[in-house]
This record gives sequence, C-alpha cells and structure tokens, in this order.
Amino acid sequence: MATHAAAEHHDHAHDDHHDDKPHGFIQRWVFSTNHKDIGTLYLIFAFIMACVGAAFSGVIRTELMKPGLQFVQPYFFNQMTTMHALVMIFGAIMPAFVGLANWMIPLQIGAPDMALPRMNNWSFWILPFAFTMLLSTLFMPGGAPAGGWTMYPPLAIQGGDGVAFLVFSVHLMGISSIMGAINIIATILNMRAPGMDLLKMPVFVWSWLITAFLLIAVMPVLAGAVTMLLTDKYFGTSFFNAAGGGDPVMFQHIFWFFGHPEVYIMILPAFGIVSEIIPTFSRKPLFGYQAMVFAIASIAFLSFIVWGHHMFTVGMPLGGELYFMYATMLIAVPTGVKVFNWVSTMWGGSLSFETPMLWAIAFVILFTIGGFSGLMLALVPADFQYQDTYFVVAHFHYVLVTGALFAIIGAIYYWWPKWTGKMYNEFWAKVQFWWSMVFVNLLFFPQHFLGLAGMPRRIPDYNVAFADWNMVSTIGAYGMFLTPFMMFAILWQSRKSGAPATMHVWEASHGLEWTVPSPAPFHTFATPPIIHDEDLAHGDITH
Amino acid sequence: MTRSRLGLTAASTAALMATYVGSALALSQPWQLNMAPGVTETSRTVYNIHMIGLIVCCVIGLLVFGAMFVAMFKFRKSKGVKPATWSHNTVAEIIWTVVPIFTLVILAWPATNVMVKMAYTEDSQMTVKITGYQWKWGYDYMNWGDKPYHVHFISKLDAVSDRTRQLKSGLDPYAVKQGDEQTYLLDVDHPLVVPTDTKIRFVVTGDDVIHAWWVPQLGWKQDAIPGIINDAWTSIHDPGLYRGQCAELCGQDHGFMPIVVKAVPKEEFLSWLDGQEASAAKPATNAAPAATPTAG
Repeated sequence: MATHAAAEHHDHAHDDHHDDKPHGFIQRWVFSTNHKDIGTLYLIFAFIMACVGAAFSGVIRTELMKPGLQFVQPYFFNQMTTMHALVMIFGAIMPAFVGLANWMIPLQIGAPDMALPRMNNWSFWILPFAFTMLLSTLFMPGGAPAGGWTMYPPLAIQGGDGVAFLVFSVHLMGISSIMGAINIIATILNMRAPGMDLLKMPVFVWSWLITAFLLIAVMPVLAGAVTMLLTDKYFGTSFFNAAGGGDPVMFQHIFWFFGHPEVYIMILPAFGIVSEIIPTFSRKPLFGYQAMVFAIASIAFLSFIVWGHHMFTVGMPLGGELYFMYATMLIAVPTGVKVFNWVSTMWGGSLSFETPMLWAIAFVILFTIGGFSGLMLALVPADFQYQDTYFVVAHFHYVLVTGALFAIIGAIYYWWPKWTGKMYNEFWAKVQFWWSMVFVNLLFFPQHFLGLAGMPRRIPDYNVAFADWNMVSTIGAYGMFLTPFMMFAILWQSRKSGAPATMHVWEASHGLEWTVPSPAPFHTFATPPIIHDEDLAHGDITH
Repeated sequence: MTRSRLGLTAASTAALMATYVGSALALSQPWQLNMAPGVTETSRTVYNIHMIGLIVCCVIGLLVFGAMFVAMFKFRKSKGVKPATWSHNTVAEIIWTVVPIFTLVILAWPATNVMVKMAYTEDSQMTVKITGYQWKWGYDYMNWGDKPYHVHFISKLDAVSDRTRQLKSGLDPYAVKQGDEQTYLLDVDHPLVVPTDTKIRFVVTGDDVIHAWWVPQLGWKQDAIPGIINDAWTSIHDPGLYRGQCAELCGQDHGFMPIVVKAVPKEEFLSWLDGQEASAAKPATNAAPAATPTAG
C-alpha cells in the first residue's frame, strides 16, 4: 500500500517506467496485478459474455417472431430465457462496471493501483471458470437451468443437475463480486491522493463506493438462498418445500432482498458515468454535486426496503403491500433529483455532441422512460395487471439496456482515448449510436404494448393478436445484433490507425485521469499527485 | 365498456348474443396499445389508476425531455454559446424534491383505496377453489350461499390449439377459431362457468410449482402457490367469455395453460351447477363434466 508521504513530489506525477510491463503473454495477462490490465480483462470478458447473452436472446426473439413454434421446444426456450438473464446480469453488465472501476478509480483518485492487487487478479480469474461451469450446463443431460434467473422453487429444483452447476457458479460469481467490492472500498477509503477528500471525488468513484457496499451486503444473501435450493434438491431439506413444512414464498423474499439492491448495483455506476460525461460536454460544472452523491446514497438505502414490490401477487397482507408500494414510490424522489440535476447541468452550458455525450443523453431520456414504467409498476393495483407481462420485460430492458449498457458504451468511448492513446472514428461511432437508438426502441418499446394487451412474459408462443408487435420487436432485435460487431470494428480500427489522443482528450475534461498522458502509462501516480482544484472532476464544493 | 349499454336481459338468447359481442372485446386486438378496461368495477378502477400513472408520467416526461431538447438546441457550442458557471439553485432543488412527493401522494391515494376494496373477500355469494397444476387448472365449486357443492373439474388447452402449437406442426395458428374469435392458445376444453352480478370469492393454490391465475378482463392476477391459499374476488356484470393465461413461469408448458371464464346469468349458472352436481353425485367413476362448448 502506498504509504509515501507527499513530501517529495514531482511536477508531473507520472514519471513512470513505461516499459516495465511483464514480459510474455501469460506473465502479463494471467498473472496480472495491474489495475489497468485487469480492467481490460474484465471489459473483454464482459464483451464476450454480452455476445453470448445476445445469442441466447437471438434464439428467444427468433422463436417469438411469429405465432406457432417454428424453431425450438418450449423447454429449450425456457433454458434460453434463464441463461440470457444470468449471462447478461452476472457476465456482462456487472463485470463491465467492475472493469471500468478497475481502470478508472485509481486514475481518478490518484492511486498507483488497487489496494489489493493480487486479490484483484483472483476476483477476475474466478469469472471465466464460473461461466464455463454455467455455460457447460447447456450440454448436460437435462439441459441448462430453465426455471428463470430468479430460480423460484419448486420449479427451479425440478431441473436436472444443471441446477447444481448453477448454484456453484453463482457462488463463484458471488465470491468474485465480494472480493472486487472489498478491493474497491479499500482502494477508495485508503488510497486517495493527499487532498482528494471524499467530497472532491468524481461521482463515478462515489457511485462505486456505494455500489460496493451494496455488493458486500447482498451477495452473501444470494449465496445463502441458492445454497438452500441446493440442499432442498440434493440433501432432503425442506426450506422451500411446502410438503416438508417449508415455504416457497420465503425464497422469493430472500431472493429479492438480494435482487433489488442487485438491480441498483447495475445502475448506480451508470449514474456515476453519466455524471462525468454530461459536465464535460456541457462545459459546465455538474449541477448539485452533493445532491447527486446524496441521491445515490438514498437510492442505495431505499433498495434494501422495497424488495416486496417484486412479489405483489404472491398474496402478501394488505398492510405489507401498502408499505412496499409507498416505500417503492419514494425512490422516485432521489431518482428525480438526479434526472433534474443532469438536465440542469446541460441548461446554460455550451454543448457539443461527441459520441460519449450522445450515449449519455440517450441514457437520461431512455432510463427515465424505464423509471416511468417503474413508477407505474409500483402502483399495486396496476401491478396486478402488469406483473409477469411484457410490460415488465420492457421496463427492465429500458433500465438495463438503454440504462446500464448505454452508460457502459458511453464510458468506453469517453475513456477509450485515455486507455489506448488513440481517437476513434467519430462518424462511425455516431452511426453506431443512431443505429442502436432506432433498433433498441423498435426492440423494447413495443413490449410495453404487448404487456398491456395481456401477453405474459417467458412464453415461447402466443395468441395471434400479439403477432404484429412481436414481429416489430424481433426486427429491432436483429438490428441490435449488429451493434457489437460495429463497435468492435470501430474500436479495432481505432487501435490500428486511430489519430493520436491528447492528454486531455476532450476540450473540457476535468479530473485526475486527464492529467496523465494518453495512453495512460502502465504505472500511474507512483508518487501521489498534487491536487489542484482545477484538476478535480467537479471542483471543490467545500469552499 | 360499451357492452354494458347493450341492455342485457335474463333471456338466454340475449345473453347468448351478448356472449358473442362480448367475446370480441374480451380478446386482445392486433396492434393493441393499451390495457383493456375490463369488465368488472375493480378492473375499471385498476384501468383508471393505470391511466392516471401513465398520464402523470407523460406530463413529467414532456417537461423534462422538453427542457432537455430546449437545452440541446439553445445551448450549443456550435452556436457560440458561452457556458454558465453556476452549479446550484437551492429554490429549484427544493421545488423538484417537494413537488414529486405531492405527485406521489396523488398517485398513491386512489391506489390505496382500490387495494382495500380488492383485499376484502368477505360477503361473497360463492367460493371457487382454483388449483394450478403443471400444466392445467383445476376448479372446485365449494358452495352457493349456504349450500355446499362438490363440483370439480380440470380445464386445459383445447385440442386444436394443442395440435397447432406442436413444434413444426405446419398448422396455422390463425386458423384456430371459435366463431369470429382467434382463440389460438386461449381456449380450453372446460371453461370456468360463473354467474354474473355475483361476488365470487376465489381461493387459489398450486399443486406442484407456482402458477398465477390471470384473466386481464377481471383486473388482477393471483399467484397459485403450493402450500399456500391466496384469495381474491370478482363480480362480473356482463355475460361473456373472458380469456387469460398462466402468468408465472411454471415449466415447459407454461405458455399452454390458458384460462377461460364463461360468465352467464345467475339462473343459467345455477341450473348448470345443479347439473354438474347431479352428475358428480352419481356413483359413476368419471366425475368430469359434460363438455361445455365455449362459444355457447
């Protein structure tokens, strides 16, 4: 751990040894303890998993293109919906955010690396094994888990031995997440450069600090829930088996006590990213920095006390339903504050629309649409109609795809020049953006209509009345399937022949990450930087 | 909604007519955009709450996105705008924290009222027990007022839909019809027959895994959970066929266990129920009811 006092300092804190990368592929990548390389590994892994998850959704949307079963058996369809969710949530979105955290948190707080570099290596390298186990279930007798990513018993334990592999891979993912979260907290609380007070940190760092606490709090809960599933299936316990005195609904309470903070684990870092991008391209300080931080903390707190809104139809007593409705509606207040503050940041600014800004603006609009449907879902009587329909599917894809994923893509374009020292092709990146905007909305917006018209989720076939919007949705999905290839090509071209990036990359970028050269040297801030107010991402709000 | 103005009489022919008119409305329509108001007082209230929520969201969306678009066109660097430097406005921040709270109260108020009504399952005229099985529904008529009944039957996907939905069956889902209705995957062999203008209490449970009993036109769904008995109620004013589906993932044929509620005038219902009771009381081994054609 960096215990150097800032006594001896250099004008530029990046007097690093540019060529002391480990030699050899295995040495560099498998044994890596460098936060930048591990960040890159996370991001590459997330990209691969996103493609795998997209392939599963390809099966889903292809089968749903027309009424009647044309391609797969219903049971395989259920395997696809289950695996799509597990891979996208635990394999794509979460590792992508951890990758961004690895890359950016040390750079943003002036730390030389993560606090626990070897554990960092382990956190990452658990994941390929976890997902190899999970994906291997597709080739097992009985197939992959098919009871939904929520794993509700008794259905979830009706499956084959894929269930055991699912449980163990969830354990591994949980260990990885918990270690990653410990590392992030230890880094942020111990490794900040002198003068980088908590309230001078970028909002992205704040969002991850809070997210990491959520992870530590709830991943063990998930591990406990799936372990009980395992013992119910293999060791004769009856935690969730009514015939043995257990309670199937108890699983849902435990699961969603994990699950609701989990969905905020996937959106809070996105809030942080957008809070960095919008001020940069508005050339104006972030509006209400403290309110933004406080809003993230409030949302995180509320996430622990609203789990019941996923279960309004299980037959909770009236008082319970009322409580969960009111508590859930409260989330709209801090979330509203965030949206209003982003808009206020833009108001009166001097806006330009480089690719990261386009993704950030799209995030604000489309995530808010997802928030609106979330508010509607909180209204219990209306939820009795929406629950388990395509309205819910539309809702969570708006917050997770046009929310979390869009923020991740925006973050990659925002920091890519810093990572690689190369600019990307702005024209083609904008083509990718507008292409995604058109098709993602074709894909998910009609699902609101389908849900309201009465189409349940997780069905492989449907009445002919639902045919038209399903066709539109599938066309949108096919358009979206091109976007990973577009993005890969744009980034590949940038690496091969992109224009060199300047140190600041963007005209109005603020924050310590922009005070190191582009590409960021292998080791940065070996000596803690001197913090100047003008280098801070959001200035110094304390005076 | 329009159907309530058709002037229903107890005459069976009129009821039969209404059944046809009603069933056209009871199904989802191609390109349908919004929730159907449904056929009960509860479902219409639920629909209103949905619409209030939708309108509130649209208004907020208009304001927020409107402000964003104004900002995007007005404050462009390409127009030579110099950025402001402010980053606080306490008055504005208080307003947009407090106003949403009032908005939420406006939304929560009617929702709370209807929840209290929906939870009140007492004072019912009859009770029907619904049991979810992989992958069919079981119905038990428990009583009519003080008189106990022992009518039980199983309701599952109709044979035509079942043949058509097999993988690569080559059969056309659009050809599955009952009268004018396209009933692919939404028709059953034995519908749940219920009386109109009667408060019916449902007790809902599951036999194997969790299912959910959902007829959108009634305005609610209720999970059917093994080991747990949930209850809910409805009172349907208009005779007709109302269709729904299982709404909780319950295994491979989750998408193939529809629900059909056939609402008929009270007298017709009671004579049907007595007929069922009589055939069930016979020592015959087969307690299944006589086929009840869904399209009347």
